[in-house]
Amino acid sequence: MSEHKSDIRTGVYVCHCGTNIASVVDVREAARHAASLPGVEISREYKYLCSEPGQALIRQDILERGLNRIVVAACSPHLHEETFRTAAAAAQLNPFHVQMINIREHNSWVHEDKARASRKAEKLIRAAVRRVAHHKPLERVRVPINPAVLVVGGGIAGIHAALTVANAGRQVYLVEREPSIGGHMAMFDKTFPTLDCAACILTPKMSAVKAHPNIKLWTHSDVTDVQGYVGNYRVKVTRWPRMVREELCSGCLECVAACVFKEAKVPDEFNFGLSKRKPIYIPFPQAVPQVPLIDMENCIQFRTGKCKKACAQACGDRKAIDFQQGEEIKEVDVGTIIVATGSKTFDAERAAYYGYGTYPNVYTSLEIERLVNACGPTAGRVVLRNGETPKSVAIIHCVGSRDENTNRWCSRVCCMYSLKLAHLLKEHTGAEVFNFYIDMRTPGKGFEEFYQKLLNEGVHFVRGRVAEVTEWALDQSEEGKLVLRVEDTLLGLVRRIPVDMVVLSVGMEPHADASEVRRLFNITCSSEGFFLERHPKLAPVNTFTDGIFLAGSCQGPKDIPDTVAQAGAAAAEALALIGAGYMEQEPNAAYVVEDHCSGCGACSALCPYSAITLDAGARRSSIHPVLCKGCGTCVAACPSGAIRQNLFEDEQIFEEITGVLTHG
Amino acid sequence: MAEDKFEPRIVAFFCNWCTYLAADLAGVSRLKYAPNLCVIRVMCSGRVDPQFILDALAKGADGVLIGGCHPGDCHYQEGNYKALRRFRLLQRMLEDLGIERQRVRLEWISAAEGSRVRSVVNSMTEDLRALGPLRWNSRQASPAGAVEAQ
Repeated sequence: MSEHKSDIRTGVYVCHCGTNIASVVDVREAARHAASLPGVEISREYKYLCSEPGQALIRQDILERGLNRIVVAACSPHLHEETFRTAAAAAQLNPFHVQMINIREHNSWVHEDKARASRKAEKLIRAAVRRVAHHKPLERVRVPINPAVLVVGGGIAGIHAALTVANAGRQVYLVEREPSIGGHMAMFDKTFPTLDCAACILTPKMSAVKAHPNIKLWTHSDVTDVQGYVGNYRVKVTRWPRMVREELCSGCLECVAACVFKEAKVPDEFNFGLSKRKPIYIPFPQAVPQVPLIDMENCIQFRTGKCKKACAQACGDRKAIDFQQGEEIKEVDVGTIIVATGSKTFDAERAAYYGYGTYPNVYTSLEIERLVNACGPTAGRVVLRNGETPKSVAIIHCVGSRDENTNRWCSRVCCMYSLKLAHLLKEHTGAEVFNFYIDMRTPGKGFEEFYQKLLNEGVHFVRGRVAEVTEWALDQSEEGKLVLRVEDTLLGLVRRIPVDMVVLSVGMEPHADASEVRRLFNITCSSEGFFLERHPKLAPVNTFTDGIFLAGSCQGPKDIPDTVAQAGAAAAEALALIGAGYMEQEPNAAYVVEDHCSGCGACSALCPYSAITLDAGARRSSIHPVLCKGCGTCVAACPSGAIRQNLFEDEQIFEEITGVLTHG
Repeated sequence: MAEDKFEPRIVAFFCNWCTYLAADLAGVSRLKYAPNLCVIRVMCSGRVDPQFILDALAKGADGVLIGGCHPGDCHYQEGNYKALRRFRLLQRMLEDLGIERQRVRLEWISAAEGSRVRSVVNSMTEDLRALGPLRWNSRQASPAGAVEAQ
């Protein structure tokens, strides 16, 4: 068991963190106090302990003074625990003889009373010094990493991540909920600030996904279950029936032409109802895979059972159309998961004062993306609902962004896409275009230059948040127009501006089911509902669950360049794990002290990982050290106190309790 | 040390994945709250043995706060439900021992809720200030549980 008390030689290190800690906590006094505690051999304060000289100081003390326990009072262990463990290991000290305490996030940054903050730091140091004496040398358990990767979401983030991993020679399973991959980017005509054609850069990547020997693509599918842990996930994917067998279909689309609906009558989701489709359809011409699907709600066969099934006749001997197709469950084992589920745009009807859904000529920016698109519902002609070309267009920025009543965050992309749409609308229609903005945010390569270009193109910019859009005309010039009422904050006037068309630049927000997705993958959300990264700067694509990475706008609003960069980073993180072949787990597993176990089995039912097995004959339980994830629930529940947990032993915690409560 | 004003001492057990991170977030956001609590990190609120709570009260804590992930959000799937069950049982026992309900609290605080750490700590500090010291260590018949001053 633990060493004799007199053998404990602890070094205590108090970090100033520049002035982050030292300006509130009296670090000198804290170090002096630490020196008086039993077992403390040396106690120091230092400007930046995490820096190389700071770590060197600890290493040197370990070697020269024979320290066998280290306490570091600095920032959150989530930030630097690993740093100091590594430093200890470099000096041949078991890394788990290090205890870190948090006197920055939990102390100097949250308290104003310096005297009390200093006393609190001393209490925490006392607790850690007492605790660390009970630490045992531990070794990390290695878990193997299955080299296959699951990518969830087939937008540009998922596509890029999947291709990167596949090009490195690894197996990828790409799961997309919609019938085609492509995501939001597939809807765009041009991309800012270069105005290159979105289809020309996206569609080759989409076909590369389909053709890649290392990518298994499942569209119209959902991940429905995830079990396991880093390196060893077992995933269930439910493939919803298309009623067209993908493996038999050649993509000739004869079935669509033959459908008994001679005219398309169903509002087309991909074009936001701006065009119609048939009950058997392909979402858009460049869809991948090129396999149609049947919409069961509108298909006559599914509604009445009495269709002459012209589609099946047209398909002929291929027999790809299968009205009996059911859902199919695929089970795969993967080592890592990249979550790239994207985001949705703000529902413009929530901002009722802009009249979306009331006035037909109020559009969302995504609808305009489809209207200006060469292969969109109007083949690139921008027209009002009555078929006329607009002579004046208003673009309202920040709809569902930077607004206390809806979403408080900036969606980052809207300023730039509004500028792009202003340019395209002017180019397509020659209309007079007004932009209404709060602040113009163009931070990005070539973005400010693009804004300057627009200023020179004669687009009007009005700084002010539009109050409302109405049809109420006050004079002749407003007759039959949509009238915007806005305070022009640069002129200091309230203006009324009549236009033919209003475009609402809707912001980005988490998917409605983001919470369910989060639970499925056991990851966390930030307060807005976007998935939370492990660290905003140091681990921006990692999550708090090992082996699960984030890419794209599911993590927060992002433009295409940032999304692709993040997808590449997520792929690199997954490949780094695969390349290593194993991952070391925190050695915090629970274990059974056999002599104390009565074999009651109370623990077995508590374990969510089925890591505990009860040998009924011997009346002993045992815990699998790899399956155990170290929550410690069974430890707290064992009536005999026979289960213990590495790194969180009862006596370690009792010592901490004593330490923080001792009068000093 | 003679204290003119009573400052309650709160021992907190925060789970590593939600509430500890929420307290980190409170720090990063520079939210100010009462320095009355000291946090002991555990991997999951399910690890919190009722003995820890009793031990803290016995050693002079005026209150104990347990922080875990919201129901359904536990990093270990359901450890927080186990914590809740134990907490409910312990509450009944504490009532029998004459310990006021407000002294031992279980709160669900997610990693995104830094401001909730502030409000919970501040409200608990206020409640305990109003209740006064617990002095359970000196009230006990046997001084065995009491901590000797060092």
